[in-house]
Amino acid sequence: MKNPQPHLQAEARAYWRANLRLVGILLLVWFLVSYGAGILLRQWLDQWSVGGFKLGFWFAQQGAIYVFVVLIFIYVAGMNHLDRKYGYNDPES
Amino acid sequence: MSVQVWTYILVIISFLLYIGIAIWSRASSTKDFYVAGGGVSPLANGMATAADWMSAASFISMAGIIAFAGYDGSVYLMGWTGGYVLLALLLAPYLRKFGKFTVPDFIGERYYSSTARIVAVLCALLVSFTYVAGQMRGVGVVFSRFLEVDVNTGVVIGMVIVLFYAVLGGMKGITYTQVAQYCVLIFAFMVPAIFISIQMTGNPVPQLGMGDTLADGSGTYLLDKLDGLSEELGFTAYTDGSKSMADVFAITLALMVGTAGLPHVIVRFFTVKRVRDARKSAGLALLFIAILYTTAPAVAVFAKTNLIETVNGRPYAEMPAWFTKWEATGLLTFTDRNADGMVQYVKDPARNELVVDNDIMVLANPEIANLPAWVIALVAAGGLAAALSTAAGLLLVISSSISHDLIKNVFKPDLPERQELWYARGAATLAVVVAGYFGINPPGFVAAVVALAFGLAAASFFPAILLGIFYKKMNSKGAVAGMITGISLMLFYMLKFKFGLFDGGKEAVAGLTSQWWFGISPEGFGSVAMVVNFAVALLVNRFTAPPPEHIQDLVEDIRIPGGAPPPSSH
Repeated sequence: MKNPQPHLQAEARAYWRANLRLVGILLLVWFLVSYGAGILLRQWLDQWSVGGFKLGFWFAQQGAIYVFVVLIFIYVAGMNHLDRKYGYNDPES
Repeated sequence: MSVQVWTYILVIISFLLYIGIAIWSRASSTKDFYVAGGGVSPLANGMATAADWMSAASFISMAGIIAFAGYDGSVYLMGWTGGYVLLALLLAPYLRKFGKFTVPDFIGERYYSSTARIVAVLCALLVSFTYVAGQMRGVGVVFSRFLEVDVNTGVVIGMVIVLFYAVLGGMKGITYTQVAQYCVLIFAFMVPAIFISIQMTGNPVPQLGMGDTLADGSGTYLLDKLDGLSEELGFTAYTDGSKSMADVFAITLALMVGTAGLPHVIVRFFTVKRVRDARKSAGLALLFIAILYTTAPAVAVFAKTNLIETVNGRPYAEMPAWFTKWEATGLLTFTDRNADGMVQYVKDPARNELVVDNDIMVLANPEIANLPAWVIALVAAGGLAAALSTAAGLLLVISSSISHDLIKNVFKPDLPERQELWYARGAATLAVVVAGYFGINPPGFVAAVVALAFGLAAASFFPAILLGIFYKKMNSKGAVAGMITGISLMLFYMLKFKFGLFDGGKEAVAGLTSQWWFGISPEGFGSVAMVVNFAVALLVNRFTAPPPEHIQDLVEDIRIPGGAPPPSSH
C-alpha cells in the first residue's frame, strides 16, 4: 500500500493538506450558521426580521439547513477539483 | 370514496410496489446482501439514505414536537441535518475508500484488534435494536389508526413485509425499495403541507408560507399571530424557547454527532462505486432530507395555529368530527375542569383542559384543515413508508453484525460465502422476529431510548472513526478505552437521569433535573460523553505503543480516493 516514489508521497501530503483546509473552512461556516446564528447569537439576531421570520429563529429552523446542503455541494465540487489537480480521479466507468 | 377505502387502496398499491421491487432485486452474493453489489448510483443512494434516515419519528412525530416546543424544536431540525455535513466531510468518503462491509469491519481492521471489533458490534447492536423496536411500533400504530386493525396485527403485517424484502434482497432489495419509499413519503408529507400553506397564507411554498402574512387580508404575519396566541395562553412566545442555551447547544451537538455515527446510515455509503460518488450521494441525501426538514417547522406552525383557533374557547359540543375521533384513541383528551362546556387550552396545568399528543399534529393535520379524503389516506401510506424503510436499514445492520462481524470474522473465519449468505438471512429473520416482539410488547423505555440512541452513537463510534481517519498514530488501546468509557458514561447518565435507576425509579427523575451535570439533559449528554471519549482515547494513546507500520500505511491509503477497491470481505 505504501507508495515507494517519494515525489508521489509529497503529492499525497499536499493533497491531504488542501483537503484539510477545505474541510476546515466549510466546518467553520457549518458552526457559524448553526451554533452561532441559530443558538448563541439567536436572541441578538432576533431584533431583525426577514419577512415574518425573526432572523435568529429563521437560521435555527430554515437557514442553517439550506446552508448545510450548499456546504456539502461546495465540498463535492472542491474535492472533485482537487482529485483532478492531483490526478486521483477515478476512471469514468 | 371514504378515507378508509382510499387508505386501503394506497397502502396496498405501495406494498405491492415494494414486494415487486424486492423480487426484481434479489441478492445472490454476500456482496449483494451487505452492500447491494457496490454499484448503486449516487442519486439512488441519496434517496435510499434519505428514506433510511427519516423514520416514523421524523415523519409522524417531529412536526408535532416542534409545534409544542417552538424554538426549542430547532435542536431536532439542525441536529438531524447538520450531522450530514460531518458525515460527508469527515467520514463517508474515507470509509468508502476503505471498502469493507460494516462499521465494525472498519473499527476492527483500523484498530487491528478483535476486542475493538466486538466492542463495535455490541455498540451497533445496542443502537440498532432500540431504534428498530420503535419503528415496528410505529408501523403498528399507523395500521391501527388508519385501517382500524389491532396494533399487534399491524406489527405482524409490517414484520411479514420487511421480512420478505430484507431477507430476500438484503441491502440490494432494501436500497431499491427505499428509493420507492422515499418518493411515497415525501409526496405524502408535501401534499398536505402545500394545501394547508395555501389555505392559511396563500403561499404554495410551505417554507415561505411559514414567514408570510395570513390569507385573511389582515396583513398580520403568521408567526407574529402564533407568538401572540401562545403568550395569551400563558406559554412563552413560539419563536422564543424555554430550554437553556447550554442545553440547546449540547442536544444539537449530540444529535449531529450521533447522526454521523449511526451504523445504518454510514453503511449506505459502502454501496456506491467510487469515493466521489460517496461524497455526491451524501449531498443528495441531505438535499432530499432537507425538503422534509424545512417543511416540518412550517407544518408545525400551521398545525399549532389551526389547533388553537379551532378548539380554544369553543364549546365542546361544537367540536369537529376529528376531535372526537382522536379522543377515542386516547391521544387527545379533554377534561372539563370548570364544567363550563368550553375547551380551555392554557399553560397552567390546573386550568388546562386539553392534552394533545405530539403525533396527532401530522396525522390529524389534513383532517383539521378539511383536506380531501385521498390526502388524509396518503399520510398513512407515507408513515408506513418511513417506518418500514428505516426498520429495514436497521435490520440489515443487525444481521450483518451477527453474520459478518461475529460469525465470519470472529468465530468462523473459513466460512464459505454461500453459507455466510444463509447465516445473514437467518440473522435477518431472527432480528425481524425480535423487533416484532418488542413492537408488540413495547418495554416502557423504548421511546425514551430511541432519542438516546443518538447519544450512544455519539459517545462510541464517532470519535473512534474520526480519530481512525484523521490521526494516523491513534492506537487500538486508546480507541477501545475511549469507546468503552464514552458509552458507559452515557449509559450511566441515561439510567440515572432518565430512568432514575439509582434514586428510586422513574418518579424520581423529575426531581433530579437540578443535579444535571453542567445543566445538560440526558438527551444532550452524548456530546459530553463524546468529549470524554476523545480525551480518554488521546490520553491512553499517549502512554501506549503507536500502531504498527502497516496500519499507518492503511490510514495514508484511505485518505486518497484514487482507485477505491470494490467492497470485499478480505
